[in-house]
Amino acid sequence: MSPRLRSYLRRHARSYAIGLLLGTASAVLLMLGPHVLRLAVDAIAAGASPFFLLRYAGALIGLNLAVWILRYYMRMHILGISRVIEYEIRNDYFAHLQRMHVGFFQHTRIGDLMTRAVSDLSTVQRFIGPGIMHFTSTVVMAAIAVGFMLTIDLTLTLYMLVILPLVSLTFVVLGPLIHGQYESVQEQFSVISAHAQENFSGIRVIKAFAQEPHEAEAFAAHNREYIRRNLAVVKTEGALWPLMSFFLGLAAVVLLWQGGQAVIAGRITLGQFVQFIGYLGQLSWPMVALGWVVNLMQRGLASMKRLDEIFLQHPRIVDAPDAQTLPAPRGEIEFRGLGFSYNGVPVLLGVDLRVPAGTTLAIVGPTGSGKTTLVSLIPRLFESTTGSVLVDGLDVRRYRMTDLRRCIGMVPQDTFMFSAPLSENIAYGLEAPEPDPVRVREAAELAHLAVDVAGFPNGYDTMVGERGVTLSGGQKQRAAIARAIARDPRILILDDALSSVDTSTEEEILRELRAISGTRTTIIISHRISTVRHADQIVVLDKGRIVQRGTHDTLLAAGGLYADLYQKQLLEEELEAADLDTPV
Amino acid sequence: MSTHFQEDEILGKAYDARLMRRLLRYLRPYRRAVTVSIVLLLLAAAADLAGPYFVKVAIDHYIQVRDMGGVAVLSALYLGTVIVGAAVRYWQNYITQLVGQQVMYELRMEVFTHLQRLAVAFFAGNPVGRLMTRITNDVDTLYEMVTSGVVTVFGDVFLLVGVVAAMVWLDWRLALVAFSVVPALVALTSWFQARSRESYRAIRIRIARINAYLNENLMGMSIVQLFNRERANAARFDDLNRDHLTAHLEAVWSFALFYPAVGFLGAVATALLIWYGGGQVVQHAVTLGVLIAFIQYTERFFRPIQDLAEKYNILQAAMASSERIFRVLDEPVTVEDPSDPAPLPRVRGQIEFRNVWFAYPAIEPAGREDAGPPGEARSAPGRGEPPVPAGTDGWVLRGVSFAIRPGESVAFVGHTGAGKTSIINLITRFYDPQRGQVLVDGVDIRRYAQRDLRRHIGLVLQDVFLFSGTVASNIRLGNREISDDEIRRAAQFVNAHRFIEELPDRYATSVVERGATLSSGQRQLIAFARAISHNPEILLVLDEATSSVDTETELLIQEALQNVLRGRTSIIIAHRLSTIQNVDRILVLHKGRIVEEGTHRELLARGGIYTKLYQLQYRDQELRQTADMSGDRATDARSE
Repeated sequence: MSPRLRSYLRRHARSYAIGLLLGTASAVLLMLGPHVLRLAVDAIAAGASPFFLLRYAGALIGLNLAVWILRYYMRMHILGISRVIEYEIRNDYFAHLQRMHVGFFQHTRIGDLMTRAVSDLSTVQRFIGPGIMHFTSTVVMAAIAVGFMLTIDLTLTLYMLVILPLVSLTFVVLGPLIHGQYESVQEQFSVISAHAQENFSGIRVIKAFAQEPHEAEAFAAHNREYIRRNLAVVKTEGALWPLMSFFLGLAAVVLLWQGGQAVIAGRITLGQFVQFIGYLGQLSWPMVALGWVVNLMQRGLASMKRLDEIFLQHPRIVDAPDAQTLPAPRGEIEFRGLGFSYNGVPVLLGVDLRVPAGTTLAIVGPTGSGKTTLVSLIPRLFESTTGSVLVDGLDVRRYRMTDLRRCIGMVPQDTFMFSAPLSENIAYGLEAPEPDPVRVREAAELAHLAVDVAGFPNGYDTMVGERGVTLSGGQKQRAAIARAIARDPRILILDDALSSVDTSTEEEILRELRAISGTRTTIIISHRISTVRHADQIVVLDKGRIVQRGTHDTLLAAGGLYADLYQKQLLEEELEAADLDTPV
Repeated sequence: MSTHFQEDEILGKAYDARLMRRLLRYLRPYRRAVTVSIVLLLLAAAADLAGPYFVKVAIDHYIQVRDMGGVAVLSALYLGTVIVGAAVRYWQNYITQLVGQQVMYELRMEVFTHLQRLAVAFFAGNPVGRLMTRITNDVDTLYEMVTSGVVTVFGDVFLLVGVVAAMVWLDWRLALVAFSVVPALVALTSWFQARSRESYRAIRIRIARINAYLNENLMGMSIVQLFNRERANAARFDDLNRDHLTAHLEAVWSFALFYPAVGFLGAVATALLIWYGGGQVVQHAVTLGVLIAFIQYTERFFRPIQDLAEKYNILQAAMASSERIFRVLDEPVTVEDPSDPAPLPRVRGQIEFRNVWFAYPAIEPAGREDAGPPGEARSAPGRGEPPVPAGTDGWVLRGVSFAIRPGESVAFVGHTGAGKTSIINLITRFYDPQRGQVLVDGVDIRRYAQRDLRRHIGLVLQDVFLFSGTVASNIRLGNREISDDEIRRAAQFVNAHRFIEELPDRYATSVVERGATLSSGQRQLIAFARAISHNPEILLVLDEATSSVDTETELLIQEALQNVLRGRTSIIIAHRLSTIQNVDRILVLHKGRIVEEGTHRELLARGGIYTKLYQLQYRDQELRQTADMSGDRATDARSE
């Protein structure tokens, strides 16, 4: 068993112990039931008065009342605790994921991480809850029943001991077989899914080439195979319950035959015969369940292993043991001989660049030249492969991550908003329990979002994100800017953050940011010349290297990539402005 | 991924007569099998009930009169019943599942073929993930619910009725005594059912919230970390998780009360039987065997009731699934074939647009309220154009008219959003225009059957879609009339033969992951081969700027393009300089209108919009050639 799971169980050992003790006690009482029945039947056979029989009726009710109470507490203990452990594991899992480096989420499928947090975890819960509970109670009940049976008749007991385990064995034997067949069904299910997905994604090609009938035919073939495999499972799985009920029936037949003859022979009383029938009745469901429980345990352990796979991954980007605080950052940034490779492919090569505190750096370059990677290294979303990034003259790896990130306001390309009120999204980085309305409003005004908010039905309380109102691309970008500047960061990074905002609004936002950013260091990545032209320093990145650097004027004069970009943009603007009624 | 946990789907009805009738229609062809299955189910229940009766007969007729042989004979009979019961149960299950599988197959095919008939616009508005859920998970859920859920409900009901009948038949007074606990049982069960429905709902809603929260935070993890939100989010997650725990603990509580309580009521019934029935036995009003049989029947009486209480939720889920499936089936086909299509055996290849106005329809996604998890929708590639509301502002084409002669090659150029792609979408009838007409060979294309029309059109899309299969099957698609030889010739014609021959299994090489192992240039060449092997009279090529094609392949593509255009009516949405230089005529689209027209040279001389476009796009290509973009993908992947 996984050491992690064992440690959770150990933490709740007391509850489990109490639960199991209650379960054992209830099993003992439950097994006294058939004994009472036997006494009653023998008394009836002997012609006892109804008044005399009342004591057996009373005993039966008393016993079962006690069983009810004991079982209630057993369930509350064991099943309740299993839910608590599920809760604890899920919390720990989430906390663990939050510690993982960003790179981890790029090569791990989110759907897979979620499956583990939900369905695997619930499989584990079924193991540590119902699994453990039913397993122990079945074992205890069987042991007590066998004890009682032995006091009555050895031969009959032996018959039962031979036949009843077959019920559980049926499941243990067929279970893995069914599991294997079921996997082949799942495989075919994936084929069907993949075909459907491909069809829907490529619907244009299919329609364009009039392939609908052929597609339907191929899909039908996959489905027929799916049926075939499903029926194979049906054939095996369908045998499960009939076989188990056959063995249970066989036990009853043997009991009737051998038990009946034992009564006639006078070896046992009729009451004892009924007592035996009672044990068989009490044990049949637990015997059926036992096989299922064994299966549950196997699956629970397999799922725990899958959870452990994630728990055992360590975050790559962590605080150094002697990490320093950064109480009053100035905002000077320096890249020194910086190199970065992704899966062995170099993305950045020998970048040397200094951004003095309070100045603005603009980065331009074609798609995929490494701009985003470069700025991601400042808040340590990624770690440089060679060289280093320095903030205020010290390697970023030497700061405490929370301190480092607190002084950075970043607006990434992908302006992700969370399903929460707008105010919470803007105040996302304030590390306060409640969003401060004043700061939210200030930030929104600065980002030119306030006008839009005035038009929202619920103002700053409007829900955004996946389940809220759909913000336009420009609104999202401005909200992301508001979120970044709400923290009043010493370093502001805008990664292509104004691309969906119209040029005049963009100009205004940038001007206002410049006006208040006396001491703020700003890095702007953009494809628009209008965005970058006022920067103190402009670098052109191409294939991971800085190929040009200077100011707008010097770069234009120098020609090359920057000047080309400028030319192109002038053309675009002319085209945009071109009148519709240009004579044909 | 079967993690569809939207809150709305949880709140459906457990029984909806309208849905049920529609579902039952699928069973009609299998009436006989269903009848057999029900009969077998009845037999199985009877076999189940035989045990206590055999015990009764044994006690009353043989044991008490010390008839050893009788006990043996009776045991043999009992054994026979047990064996028959097991066999009946096996076959009953098999037949049920067989019918279930057939129905599931038909339902799935019906959804699939219906989807094939829906317009492209429908697919643009519905994420692939959601459609897949309908056709896979929902159908399977329905199947499982019906075969295991509904059928066991029937079995339980039969068993219950059988037990009651057997008891009344054996001794109605004892039966009344045993049933005296039924009111308490009914009260207890309905209490439990209400509770468990409530907790089931609460649990589903809360797990849906956990899912949504997890999904969102895992997707936005870089924002979470950048803004130091780890602690705050852990607290928020703890809240959601604790809510979920609370709901579960409540469910545990009601289960903990209910299950042992049912056992207790059973014991009360047994106790009453011992007291009253025992007295009757002593007074010889009832035999001892009957009393003992009663004690056993009472036990069997409680099990199906306990079972039935749990089946409610299953029915509810089945209803929700069927509702969603039917909603897709009810989706109207917007681009329809005419009832009496004009025949189109051969096409000359004359294309005409007459004052065409077009806007992309605003799409109401089917079943939006039960969308998949946010992540699913997000990861589904946005195929096609985003829906634009059809208002005056949404016009993509504004009164476009032009005519293309058979065999002529025409290039459309224009800035992004000028409406070039829409031209292709209209000729293939992926969409219908709001005003005006599109004609092929002088006949409005709405008068042709869609498949007939498309059979004569070869389409090469910029984003080449490769299906899983082999290279050859991707060229041939489903058309069996295209021989291997023709595939090879088509490939040779478009310069694809050489690289295909170098693949590990040549034409039989499997295409995996949508052709991710092939370069984009190679995929493009396969698309040409695909189009040309179907020998269309009309060729439509979307030749948008393809980055990351090496110079050599670029030359092969250019040559291939010239080869395929020759002697065919062709429309090319062109971004390649070489293409625009080689076509017969260029039409310049700007903001939804045709603003200039002529050959490359004529248009350049004019110094209008085309000249600017030319400079812009030519520069693009020049830049691409100087800056080889290979190795940039890694950065792209990261920054997106």
